[in-house]
Amino acid sequence: MPVNPITTKEIAQKVINKEAFFILDVRNEDAFSDWKVEGENITYLNIPYFDLLDGVEEILEQLPQDQDIVVVCAKEGSSIMVADMLSDEGRTVSYLKGGMKAWSEHLEPVKVGNLKEGGELYQFVRLGKGCLSYMIVSDGEAALIDATRMTDVYLDFAEEIGATIKHVFDTHLHADHISGGRKIAEATNAMYWLPPKDAQEVAFNYQPLEEGRDINIGNTTIIIQPLYSPGHTIGSTSFIVDDAYLLSGDILFIDSIGRPDLAGLAEDWVGDLRKTLYTRYKELSDELVVLPAHFMIIEELNDDGSVSEKLGTLFAKNHGLNIENEAEFRKLVTGNLPPQPNAYQEIREMNMGKINPDEEQQREMEIGPNRCAVR
Amino acid sequence: MGAAKVLNAKGLACPMPIVKTKKAMAELETGQILEIHATDKGAKSDLAAWSASGGHELVDSTEENDVLKFWIKKG
Repeated sequence: MPVNPITTKEIAQKVINKEAFFILDVRNEDAFSDWKVEGENITYLNIPYFDLLDGVEEILEQLPQDQDIVVVCAKEGSSIMVADMLSDEGRTVSYLKGGMKAWSEHLEPVKVGNLKEGGELYQFVRLGKGCLSYMIVSDGEAALIDATRMTDVYLDFAEEIGATIKHVFDTHLHADHISGGRKIAEATNAMYWLPPKDAQEVAFNYQPLEEGRDINIGNTTIIIQPLYSPGHTIGSTSFIVDDAYLLSGDILFIDSIGRPDLAGLAEDWVGDLRKTLYTRYKELSDELVVLPAHFMIIEELNDDGSVSEKLGTLFAKNHGLNIENEAEFRKLVTGNLPPQPNAYQEIREMNMGKINPDEEQQREMEIGPNRCAVR
Repeated sequence: MGAAKVLNAKGLACPMPIVKTKKAMAELETGQILEIHATDKGAKSDLAAWSASGGHELVDSTEENDVLKFWIKKG
């Protein structure tokens, strides 16, 4: 029986549609427990491929007959081997093309909404890593926010919809993933904007992203208003787009809030974080739709695969916005923090332009889940 | 380190380094050491996990000029 590859795009559709299917993950146990393909109705079995070299007979009984089975490994080699062995035993299985490496890099574009004077806002959902980036399009012009290093995806998408990328923003200096912002700006002659307080050590030219410097997209009145909102980093800046959307970067998520420690300055920044969330954001309209730079768990996905929620709903439901006691808040965001993201120091240095690792090294640096939030 | 055998797995992608290691290991006596040279980064965690699950001991490992070297004592 032939073994068929399944693409990351197809897996993404299954995850978004909440399909039930079965994953046989043949990476070693540490890798599997660290991160995996997440989905609400996925059943898992983790058996390292090196325990299956002598045959797969022992696991046949553990594989369902009534569900699609996808074999997954790090880069696909081992999953093909195991899938072939299962096929020889008469089972129909597929393997994830490109493995977890490809899954980590897959971006799924989802339209979030229309803009008032014409134009659209798209969210690029990086399901494997939880990163969210954005394209605002109006009148043939586009702005990008928090783009990942898979720059071709944005360039191709812009070309497909006939838009020219004019502005590229990063809400802050990222520590969990490599920014594609500068590369895209160079490729398209767009302007690359960074908050100056996060960019003090950067080794390249940029436009200072400061509050009060509104930016227009297209000839219509799509306004991108930067809002200084420190706390995750000292420069963190949010955007209000078209008076309808709040792009909150790594400050506020759907079910969690940003962590202030990834530059080693948790104690210094916790006050800023509280002020941003409890004072600055509080003054904004409850009707704004919050679009964060990450999601943490797959349950945060809306039915269409997008990640968003009204600010008023978050003030009612997000635990991180409802801690009256300041000392308790301080304790939440500086104590008991989750492990730091893989290679976060090198990622910061790369995003500052200080080091220039090759693509394979960049992939290694980004392995694993992002961990930018506290709950 | 007195390796009884040296396995060249350079340039091989997963799962081949482990497949070859397993085969080479089968030809050794308990207590003998197999030295493995590989370039696939994944070999690092996989050889460690494979050794542990097979009752072997990963005695040492180094990384020089993109070549990973491992010494595994047969258990």
